[in-house]
Amino acid sequence: MNLDMFAMQAFTGLSVFTILTLMALGLAIVFGLMGVINMAHGELMAMGAYTTYFTSQFFSKYLPSLFGIYFLVGIVLAFFVTFAFGWLLERGLIRFLYKRPLDTMLATWGLSLILQQLFRQFISAKEVEVTTVSWLKGAWQASENVSLPLSRIFIIVLAVVTAAAVYAFLYRTRWGLRIRAVTQNRAMAGAAGINTERVDAFTFALGCGLAGIAGSSFTMLASTGPTTGQAYIVDTFIVVVFGGVESLLGTIASAFMIGQMQAWFEYSMSGSMARAGILLLVIVVLYFRPNGLFATKVRRA
Amino acid sequence: MTTSTTPSTSTAPRGANLWGVGSFLLLALLLFVVFPLSMDVFRLGLAAKYLSLAFCAAGIVLVWGYGGILSLGQGVFFGLGSYFMAMFLKLEAAGNADSSSGTALSAFFGSAGLPDFMAWNSVEVLPWWWEPFHHVSFTVLAILIGPPLVAFVLGYVNFRKRVGGVYFSIVTLALAAIMAIMIIGQQGYTGGVNGITDFKTFLGMDLDTERAKFVMYFITAALLLLCVAIGAFILRSRVGRVLVAIRDREDRVRFSGYDPALFKAFIFAVAALFSAIGGAMFTLQVGLASPSLVGIVPSVEMVIYAAVGGRLSLIGAVYGALLVGWAKTFFSENFVEFWPYLIGALFIVVVMFLPTGLAGLVDRLRGGFLRREGR
Amino acid sequence: MSNFNRRHFIKTSTAIAAASALPFPMLNIRTAGAQANTVKVGILHSLTGTIAIAEKSVVDAEQLAIEELNKSGGAMGHKIEAVVEDGASDWPTFAEKARKLIEKDKVAAVFGCYTSASRKAVLPVFEKSKGLLYYPTYYEGLEQSPNIMYTAQEASQSVIAAMDWLMKNKGKTFYMIGSDYIWPRTTIKIAKAVLAKGGGKLVGEDYYPLGHIEFSSAINKIKGAKPDVILNCVVGGSNVAFFKQLAAAGITGKNQTLLSLAVSEEEVSGIGADNTADTLTCMGYFQSLKNPANEKFVKAFKAKYGANRVVGDTLECGYIGVYLWKMAAEKAKSFEVEKVVAASSNLEIDAPEGKVKFHATNHHLWKHARIGAFKPDGQVNMIYESPLIEPNPFPKL
Repeated sequence: MNLDMFAMQAFTGLSVFTILTLMALGLAIVFGLMGVINMAHGELMAMGAYTTYFTSQFFSKYLPSLFGIYFLVGIVLAFFVTFAFGWLLERGLIRFLYKRPLDTMLATWGLSLILQQLFRQFISAKEVEVTTVSWLKGAWQASENVSLPLSRIFIIVLAVVTAAAVYAFLYRTRWGLRIRAVTQNRAMAGAAGINTERVDAFTFALGCGLAGIAGSSFTMLASTGPTTGQAYIVDTFIVVVFGGVESLLGTIASAFMIGQMQAWFEYSMSGSMARAGILLLVIVVLYFRPNGLFATKVRRA
Repeated sequence: MTTSTTPSTSTAPRGANLWGVGSFLLLALLLFVVFPLSMDVFRLGLAAKYLSLAFCAAGIVLVWGYGGILSLGQGVFFGLGSYFMAMFLKLEAAGNADSSSGTALSAFFGSAGLPDFMAWNSVEVLPWWWEPFHHVSFTVLAILIGPPLVAFVLGYVNFRKRVGGVYFSIVTLALAAIMAIMIIGQQGYTGGVNGITDFKTFLGMDLDTERAKFVMYFITAALLLLCVAIGAFILRSRVGRVLVAIRDREDRVRFSGYDPALFKAFIFAVAALFSAIGGAMFTLQVGLASPSLVGIVPSVEMVIYAAVGGRLSLIGAVYGALLVGWAKTFFSENFVEFWPYLIGALFIVVVMFLPTGLAGLVDRLRGGFLRREGR
Repeated sequence: MSNFNRRHFIKTSTAIAAASALPFPMLNIRTAGAQANTVKVGILHSLTGTIAIAEKSVVDAEQLAIEELNKSGGAMGHKIEAVVEDGASDWPTFAEKARKLIEKDKVAAVFGCYTSASRKAVLPVFEKSKGLLYYPTYYEGLEQSPNIMYTAQEASQSVIAAMDWLMKNKGKTFYMIGSDYIWPRTTIKIAKAVLAKGGGKLVGEDYYPLGHIEFSSAINKIKGAKPDVILNCVVGGSNVAFFKQLAAAGITGKNQTLLSLAVSEEEVSGIGADNTADTLTCMGYFQSLKNPANEKFVKAFKAKYGANRVVGDTLECGYIGVYLWKMAAEKAKSFEVEKVVAASSNLEIDAPEGKVKFHATNHHLWKHARIGAFKPDGQVNMIYESPLIEPNPFPKL
């Protein structure tokens, strides 16, 4: 392996890391902070992708001169659409299941079947094409033999911005304070005058909105179709749990580790074997760190 | 994640014993008399398919409902049972390859006696680990010993280290994914994504006659009832009590001098045994072993059967598997493109309104009935 | 146990059983068998699940053919009635539904299956229950069932022609990449044999799980290997990711020869025509073929399903399957499977892909291999057309 190849593979590792981070942030909040196992998380990402698709259709029809910025608009819209859907979902279904985390898994599994079929029947059974805007096409020629795709650079930036925003929101705003208060001690937070029900709905919706952002930005890299979500959910799940469910930092660390493994395994063996190798390593690492990479040292009652 | 809010057997009302035996007999009546009398061979074959999935659901009741361990990898053990049986059947089919079947053209490649897919993949010698599957006794032993052994070792190692809750779920889930990838990747030895198909006979008995289907159905139903009985026996024994105690307060059980890992691994192995038997019966009846039965999606579906039936009821699990299976078939035959909505809605409704599944509903109705009687 | 006696007992007691209050067996209310002047056929594809992406439009094409036939008098004067079942992208379900179509609905023929795995799952059912399946997808060969008619190309009919043409016109070093299952693995195996014979060189070979969406490492490896030609056997949704990521990395049809064996006009509508522009494809049929049969087919399809729909190879093979069955039945003057199969030998059809005919014995069609380049509008500009190639599902390598 020469230096150019090393640079490009290192970039691949970085790119996969940020993609996994984007995917997992939303689930980490929903799962880690609220204990809800949302199997429809992948379908929410698909929903974000479809929102972007419709935005692009709208722009190419009514605002062709502004087509260059549709993608940014699409990401923001994807966030709000999935946020709103998440809010409704929490009020209509999830809030009845807080005491039974595993049941949320079954209910959301049912929901994901329904959403997939809705996409299939009312949008298209086939994948839809989401055009990548021209300023994100192609690659940045870093040196003669090293070229880095612009779309991946954009996702890296987006992931950093999103992660920073989530951190700032949780630790620097009043809403964030309320969320942390409720997840740490619901009764006490309620006694202190926090409307815990609204905080629940908001937290869940935020997690869903992050899924929307991820799904929206991945339209540049992958397909947008009824079963798109299925391609994401398992990886997302593994990243969150592997990091230690109660730690956002753990999620990021785990995304980093899995991203690196993927880049270097795929370089040195066939894609299928690399996948099996990653999963095997996850099992082995969990043996040594039974509560995830970043286990919070608390005693569970 | 290991805590469960639902009451355990110890709080069951008096007469539970009688009730348990009664509902067991009712299930037996349904499986042995009502189904065969009311269904044609085709429907009975479908019932047998659902019943082979019910083995897994019953196993999940043991590990999840009573052991507090959510395994998302029961497909692995189902798959092992299924593949072991398929290997035996395939070798038997390859041994007398006189059929005009489309896939039995292995003679074309000058390699009779070898499973057809090996011939296509230029595998010319039967791999050594296929050899023992020529013998039915080895195959049966492999099905009965292999998967539980794997489960016990895996479980014990992980439970010792106190890998639990959702982390163990991920371990099992990763295992299911790895197994599916390996089967697909090694297609010369495993049949790859197509799986192993096109069997002819089982110990000389043609598998596709009506007579064979009846026999298979009754064997499946009998084995399933046996498994349910074994499960019930374990739960009533001291082991079962310790398990429930571990599920509810693992640390206290540990301080009392028990090794929780041993008990958990044991029940995990029992569930694996059930799944493997189910897998073997599935292959005998549906006529294929496929990686699509091993991976994550089928593993999650098996958990859903148990949840629909009631995670604390072995008999409920059987009804759960039958109900979901039938709902799928019925909905998809009658509302071709709308069945996912109905199945999805079914899961949501069960979780929202029947948190303890069908069995819980029955219990509640019965509870009300008994109270009224008492007054 | 005296099983035979019980079976007898069971049969005689069906009448009593029918009155029992069990809900399940009551569900099947469709009457089996063909009525006086209709003939039932089955359509068995995945309408739900992961493969529905590819299969749903094949159903459209098959239903179009049935509708056209019914307008022009049906099959042997019988109105054709289609029973549609959903295989749900699940192989045991395919087997279940195939059995239902043959045994309960008593269909004369089934048009269906897309993946090899689904076909392998239903094959024993069709052979045992004496059904007849028309299979519309290009596949790896290595099969020849008396109860299946294969209306698309087997592997050797496209890959050998494609490799010969590529080595003659584009270069000798190859990078081969595919999804990890039997069709790509078999196809690449044949391709490697042709490559070795022609003195070419393989500089890389890679398989990714079905549905994989991260090809960054693969693309870096391709960049490092600098092949003359990339042979692409990736299938399904993975292709969207593969092409988008290739384009993002600066590899396009303009600066790199890339030939896909599983990308038709239909897939391009999901990948994006600007990502596939100038890459090559090898198929038996293109929508842009110029002949009266094709123009009629494309026009009828668009009239029924919308002007923005495109047709591809598998759709066309599904469409002609229905016609081939009808022609064989009329030639045999019977809907009996054995007679229809016998009449299919050497049966010729003027199809949208040109005149093709069934092989005398092996149930596959003589076909053209066609190589073309994708245009920026997603249609194909044909570059090369082979003469009719004899199907050989069991090629000696």
